[in-house]
Amino acid sequence: MRALNRKLLRDLWHMRGMAAAIGLVLVGGVSTFVMSLAAYDSLALTLSRYYSEQHFAEVFAQLKRAPESLADRIATLPGVDRVETRVIAPVTVDVAGFDDPVTGRLVSLPEFEKPALNVPYLKSGRLPAPRSEDEIAVSEEFALAHGFVPGDRLDVTIKGHREVLRIVGIALSPEYMYAIPPGAFFPDHKRFGIFWMGRRSLATAFEMDGAFNDVSLTLQAGASDAEVITRLDRLLERYGGLGAFARADQFSHRFMTEELRQLETMATVFPIIFLSVAAFLLNVVIGRLVATERDQIATLKAFGYSTGDIAVHYVKLVLAITAMGLAAGIVVGAFFARGLAAVYRDFYSFPYLEFRLEPGIVASAVSVTLAAALAGTLWAVRRAAALSPAEGMRPEPPPVYRATLLERLGLRGRFSEPTRMIFRHIERRPYKALLTVIGMSLACSILMITNFQEDAIEYMVEYQYGLSQREDMTVLFTEPTPRRARYSLSRLDGVEQTEVYRLVPARLSFGHRSHRMAVRGVEDGRSLQHILDADLREVPIPEAGLVLTGYLATDMLGVAPGDSVTVEVLEGSRPVFQVPVAAVTSEYLGVHAYMKRDALNELMREGPAISAAYLAVAEGRENEIYRELKDTPRVAGTVIRETAISQFREMMDETILYFAFVTALLGGFIAFGVVYNSARVALSERARELASLRVLGFTKGEIAYILLGEMGLLTLAAIPLGFVFGIGLSAFLAHAFRSDLYRVPLIIHPSTYALSAGIILLSFALTAFAIWRNLSRLDLIEVLKTRE
Amino acid sequence: MIQSDRQVTPPRTVFHAHGLTKVYDMGEIQVHALRGVDLDLYSGELVVLLGPSGSGKSTLLNILGGLDSATAGTVLYHGHELTRASEKELTEFRRDHVGFVFQFYNLIPSLTARENVAAVTEIVSGAMRPEEALELVGMGARLDHFPAQLSGGEQQRVAIARAIAKRPAVLLCDEPTGALDSETGIVVLEALETANRELGTTTAVITHNAAIAQMADRVIRLANGQIGAVESNQHKLAPAELSW
Ligand SMILES: Nc1ncnc2c1ncn2[C@@H]1O[C@H](COP(=O)(O)OP(=O)(O)O)[C@@H](O)[C@H]1O
Ligand SMILES: [Mg+2]
Repeated sequence: MRALNRKLLRDLWHMRGMAAAIGLVLVGGVSTFVMSLAAYDSLALTLSRYYSEQHFAEVFAQLKRAPESLADRIATLPGVDRVETRVIAPVTVDVAGFDDPVTGRLVSLPEFEKPALNVPYLKSGRLPAPRSEDEIAVSEEFALAHGFVPGDRLDVTIKGHREVLRIVGIALSPEYMYAIPPGAFFPDHKRFGIFWMGRRSLATAFEMDGAFNDVSLTLQAGASDAEVITRLDRLLERYGGLGAFARADQFSHRFMTEELRQLETMATVFPIIFLSVAAFLLNVVIGRLVATERDQIATLKAFGYSTGDIAVHYVKLVLAITAMGLAAGIVVGAFFARGLAAVYRDFYSFPYLEFRLEPGIVASAVSVTLAAALAGTLWAVRRAAALSPAEGMRPEPPPVYRATLLERLGLRGRFSEPTRMIFRHIERRPYKALLTVIGMSLACSILMITNFQEDAIEYMVEYQYGLSQREDMTVLFTEPTPRRARYSLSRLDGVEQTEVYRLVPARLSFGHRSHRMAVRGVEDGRSLQHILDADLREVPIPEAGLVLTGYLATDMLGVAPGDSVTVEVLEGSRPVFQVPVAAVTSEYLGVHAYMKRDALNELMREGPAISAAYLAVAEGRENEIYRELKDTPRVAGTVIRETAISQFREMMDETILYFAFVTALLGGFIAFGVVYNSARVALSERARELASLRVLGFTKGEIAYILLGEMGLLTLAAIPLGFVFGIGLSAFLAHAFRSDLYRVPLIIHPSTYALSAGIILLSFALTAFAIWRNLSRLDLIEVLKTRE
Repeated sequence: MIQSDRQVTPPRTVFHAHGLTKVYDMGEIQVHALRGVDLDLYSGELVVLLGPSGSGKSTLLNILGGLDSATAGTVLYHGHELTRASEKELTEFRRDHVGFVFQFYNLIPSLTARENVAAVTEIVSGAMRPEEALELVGMGARLDHFPAQLSGGEQQRVAIARAIAKRPAVLLCDEPTGALDSETGIVVLEALETANRELGTTTAVITHNAAIAQMADRVIRLANGQIGAVESNQHKLAPAELSW
């Protein structure tokens, strides 16, 4: 069948424009699939290698202070494999030439042996010598942000004492891939760092000689983390344990897992859309090809080609188009995957990236794509193959037209002949018109979800920092502090308002569900922090009772207002009490539990104690106030709001923009693929008709109106439907991406609608231009000469 | 299934049709294209089926060639009942025994003259080389031209080359000159006559053009779906002597 193969190649060349447009849509589907899955797979692979090489612990616990001898008892708990105790403490840093507050976390390294768990990954230099007084290793992100290299000095304030430390190494840790300062929501590499230091000098500074305040451990194979956690909690209770938690709840790991889960969702949603559009386009194009080649099919059959031969011929054609899309899609997808994985690597302080393109991913891309392509063309190919030769030899019967609904409704006189032709043509093949509209709508919806993510994040920023948190600075105390500390804060020069609150670490539970977090005791008359419901109305905090973030209440604990949750306090005398849930709030970042400060103090059986304060300060006075607070012994850290916001934006921009750019590009492919192919098919179907009209004296503009008017009408119909799909898809993604870390609100700006519609209209314009050129080449004589 | 038989031992019956009826059911109306046709075609002869447009000629030819099925009646090809053959058997029958020539040539536009012929020769055994077949119809110089680069008469000669290249036992031609002027038509008929004479191919030519009947061994007249008359032609003319 060499001659047929040659026909195939020439047919393919002849329809190259349409084949390429379909190819582009396939590239979109395959590349988003490969990109998401390969990036996911590579990151997961890198992560697991990194975790195991650095002996990332499986259970973690913080406590106030326990004697080192307790470590041996922990090691004997059933299920525990290795144990490592540490001293971890906050530190304030002075970076010459950088005025903003910089804080950090000092993490001890074992005094005698090498670290066994959570081993820092050394990027350069070395780890501090075990018994050195002043050597530290600093986290890479922090070092990069300030240009520190081994050999540099770092001025710090430890417990009110200024000291000069020597940087001997730059390191990373699986524990702090996503490191955030206390009181903040996002990483801030310039203002927060991790510093590894010898245990002895650290312990001395914090009066922790022969004691520890952090323990991490690994489990024996098959041990249950829940049981170990319960036993560990019981053991640590007397020592001010703040509740042990498994790796799954470790903050950095949690965030990583969430991100990876989102990649997986993307790997499903996008390819489904692209591939179904590609299947539809193949259906339309191959269907039309079969119709134009019906006499050729009949002839081949008359000469003894079997039904199977004919089917194989068209399947080969489909496979040829699909194979090109697949190959290009895999290459492009692998390229984007590497780019995307690199964005993640940089964002999440991966030490290295082990990129791989799993054959399994390629294999599933191939099989999913082939299945979609063949499913799309099955009907057309079957029709081609089943065509009886005697039937095929006869020209296709003239299509049956009738007066359209609009005309039958008596509007006939309102339309010119060409306009009537447009309506009749659409009405004759309503399903095809509908599918064309749906195809374009899907393109519109893909464009929308891309921008939706930006809109939603913008809204989250606005909500969090514009409506909810209006403070200029946050001051965190190292431990519960008498409320009167508020007055010394308000006396500071430049402080205009202060608002204090109490934070109590606790485990909230209802039934078998629980969550470890902090209960926030707030005071009435707040003007800096607003607790809002979905309609942006202030939620009043009741005299006794909790107000919970909606997601925490409904999705995590399963409580409704009226139910009582158990609050198990993890500090001080560790009281356990039942508190009724009074109301829920709508918040997008984190999950929170609020109650009245005095009610919380009362339950804690303490006086009017606070843990932190919000300050509103005169413009430009933040750094001055910060400098004054820095050396105050009880102040653990200070966060300046402005920097938090810009930090937030920077972070979101980088990761989301990469994905947004890719999907917008590919969404454009779909739009163009659908519009262009539909128009080309329409041109092929109606070439004779249009040429006849030209012969009768219609101008090129008039026949272009007939052809493009129909496409234009379908395009206009596709835009509102695309908006509906876009909203639905955005809602789905917002739902799929929910976690206790954040919830993406369903906010779509008018500009997003405008932009998506604009790209759809642009594809139409490009198509119109291409079709206009085709119409110029419409050969009147040739068209009229062909049979039929 | 059917053994090829090209020995010339006339008058052997190639096709034997009996009571052939074809009704097209068009919903409200029924079109009776054939109303009980009885017909024999003999090995090696050149038969002209003559009849006005709409008389059922194409329908008859399509049924004989296994392109279409009859509503009633039987067709025997060398004693094998075509009217009972399966789809697969019909395909094999067409591949191994029949060559078709159509009014509108029906060449594959994306294949050259040579490739159009090759498309058919490469699925059968014992075929001529495409070049040889094209030489036979006087198209040896236009091997690599695409159909669009050929005139109607040239396209039809390529179609004849395609039909005879596999040395079919029967050649069925549906209005082969219908779309051509008389001069070109004669060139095409000469090609058919050559094939009939040199290869001994049983040839049936459909036409509504009475002049063409003069080159036939026998003329079968069809009107209104029925055989009107069958005449043996005593003075067979060469195509060159025809005119219309
Ligand atoms: N597929 C078909 N459906 C309906 N009617 C048909 C079909 N094919 C042929 N006919 C009708 O059958 C009759 C004979 O047609 P045909 O055999 O093509 O005539 P001829 O070839 O002699 O011009 C005509 O009236 C034609 O309209
Ligand atoms: Mg006919």
